[in-house]
Amino acid sequence: MELRIVLRGALSGAFAGLLGFVFATIFAEPLIDRAITYEAGRTAVLDQLNVAAGRTTSAEGPEIFSRTIQSTVGAATGVVAFSAAMGALVAVAYVVLHGRFGVQPRTTAWLIAGFGFLGIYALPFAKYPANPPAIGHDFTIGTRGTLYLTLVAASLILLGLAFALARRLQRTMTQVAATVTAAVAFLVVFGVLVGLLPSLGHLSANVAASTDFGFARAATETPQPITNILSKALTIDGRQYAPGQIVYPGFDADLLWKFRWYAILNQLLIWTTIALVFGTLLQRFLSGPAEKPAPAGGRPADLAAAR
Amino acid sequence: MSSASAPSLGRSKLAVSPQAISASRAAFVIGVTLLMALAAYYFVGVDEGTTSVFGKTLVLHEWVHDSRHLLGFPCH
Ligand SMILES: [Zn+2]
Repeated sequence: MELRIVLRGALSGAFAGLLGFVFATIFAEPLIDRAITYEAGRTAVLDQLNVAAGRTTSAEGPEIFSRTIQSTVGAATGVVAFSAAMGALVAVAYVVLHGRFGVQPRTTAWLIAGFGFLGIYALPFAKYPANPPAIGHDFTIGTRGTLYLTLVAASLILLGLAFALARRLQRTMTQVAATVTAAVAFLVVFGVLVGLLPSLGHLSANVAASTDFGFARAATETPQPITNILSKALTIDGRQYAPGQIVYPGFDADLLWKFRWYAILNQLLIWTTIALVFGTLLQRFLSGPAEKPAPAGGRPADLAAAR
Repeated sequence: MSSASAPSLGRSKLAVSPQAISASRAAFVIGVTLLMALAAYYFVGVDEGTTSVFGKTLVLHEWVHDSRHLLGFPCH
């Protein structure tokens, strides 16, 4: 019984992941390519600047797989595996929670998926949003990863607490009043947490790097324009750059916005598909004949009666 | 699992012992699924980035690289 439900969850997730991959191929991959082109140009300019200024250049990471592999089978593996895992988690949450809220299985599935979308993606995104390639410094990946996972865990815990609070308040309040009160309490606590967590640009490693070319102080790690930070002119490719002059532009704001927008839509697509497919499979599974373990679909007559 | 007893109230036909068996079976299924799902989340999003269990070869990182960016995980 539990295994069959969990498998349905994972299956829904894998299907959602396939849709997510198709979406990503159409909408996000062209943006990722543009971001990588920007990054390559940026790295080249930084190397030239550092050479011209007599500073050390940073080593380039190895390219193990071609961009074609990364943007097709590589991306598909990642998105499908992630989505299948999320589908399985939604199913586990259903197995643990079902029957407690006095609502249809389908409704429970939608609630859990909504929670997952908020806790695992949307709320952490508010502080540490998705970034295309070129954004994110190599030397802060440890700190950034820890901060991100901390915020994911905290978001899930706070959401759970808010839900429990709403249920408790419902004993003495109307459902609307209880929901609004719990939501406000959640937003206050979550807001304080988000305020306390550091902005990535203010990490000590980034403050220390601000004397290097191309790492101007900023609240985020989004690449700022590369300027000549020395007090003397530098010559790059036969062109002279005065002190303070921009050598290479900052990251394209429209490109960043588009990437994040599609990243959110991609997650919405994944979680909505999980809720829709898992909810439907669940409803069909549970409304099958109770006595004998029915095949997934159940008999058409039972289905009609159950609806 | 306390949850296993809640839905069983409605099925008084079942004897006690099958319920006990199904409860531990349910706990096992839940445990294994949680483990696998968290492992998938970790390997897609975190390994060979923030931390690494297979060493810093970057093979896995490179393979799932685009999805790592798209799914909101911190990357380079
Ligand atoms: Zn990356």
